[in-house]
Amino acid sequence: MAKLKPPVSEQDHVKGDIHAPVVLVEYGDFQCPHCGAAFPIVNHIEETYKKKLAFVFRHFPLAESHPYAQAAAVASEAAANQGKFWQMHSLIYKNQNELGLEMLLALAQSLKLDMKIFQQDFKDPKLFKKVEDNFESGIVSGVNGTPSFYINGTKYNGAYDYESLSEAIGSIINY
Amino acid sequence: MLGINIAAPDFELNATPDQKFSLSELRGKNVILTFYPADWSPVCGDQMSLYNEMLHYFSKYNAEILGISVDGKWCHAAFRDARKLHFTLLADFEPKGAVAKQYGVYNDKEGRCDRALFVIDAEGIIRWSYLSPTGINPGADGILDALEMISSKK
Repeated sequence: MAKLKPPVSEQDHVKGDIHAPVVLVEYGDFQCPHCGAAFPIVNHIEETYKKKLAFVFRHFPLAESHPYAQAAAVASEAAANQGKFWQMHSLIYKNQNELGLEMLLALAQSLKLDMKIFQQDFKDPKLFKKVEDNFESGIVSGVNGTPSFYINGTKYNGAYDYESLSEAIGSIINY
Repeated sequence: MLGINIAAPDFELNATPDQKFSLSELRGKNVILTFYPADWSPVCGDQMSLYNEMLHYFSKYNAEILGISVDGKWCHAAFRDARKLHFTLLADFEPKGAVAKQYGVYNDKEGRCDRALFVIDAEGIIRWSYLSPTGINPGADGILDALEMISSKK
């Protein structure tokens, strides 16, 4: 069973308590339609398990297949610099069909980010590097497509529909 | 399936409609030989597209990746083009699956290659191999571990 490397830490984008009984990690691509389909499912899972679950998102942009995936990932990191990673994450997935550079700027504006700083960060090689580091951690963790999920550090190979994911998570919490 | 620490059998196959390619051309480099069932699998992030995103991680280990299936050279050309693949796909087409059979990864029932990975070192010796369960894309963690092992033993 493939293991998550490196384990979840404060370096990650964590929604919820990092010490929750279940930590669900997704390696995702903002332009991948399967990740788009998984987005409301993960939300549903978060609502079901509330404080018993923390959700972590790591970037795995398939840049050759999805021309805006990397830009979107960097934009979310630029938003993170202003404390709005999750808001950006969710806006991008909700507007996935119109993904493009202008749209990313419009989303940043709608989040009332400081646009001057956002534009600078959007070009910052350090943020590109962060996205690449996520990608590399995905390779060594055995990511084999997007979305790839890890439950408490172990790769989840089941389907990502609500019932399957919820069953896998529920079985840990109720154990 | 061929095991490790033996010489990888050499072969010559079409890499493009008008170009032949033999494994021995890559002597001096590590080679990732990936047998896969067929071009045009329907998912995004299918195995070949996934590896396509990882080429610069492989090149850090002086490694070149080769995809190989029983699809014909024209099929491969169209597939490479459509998925913007930047590495060689080899057509194990005539006689069908001959190389896959040599490596012990031909599936007679389905008439195609199994999903199997071989990592071959710069001297042409198989150093790692893996047969993936049907339908499961094995990712690249095993490949990177193998390349890491090869480079650490130098």
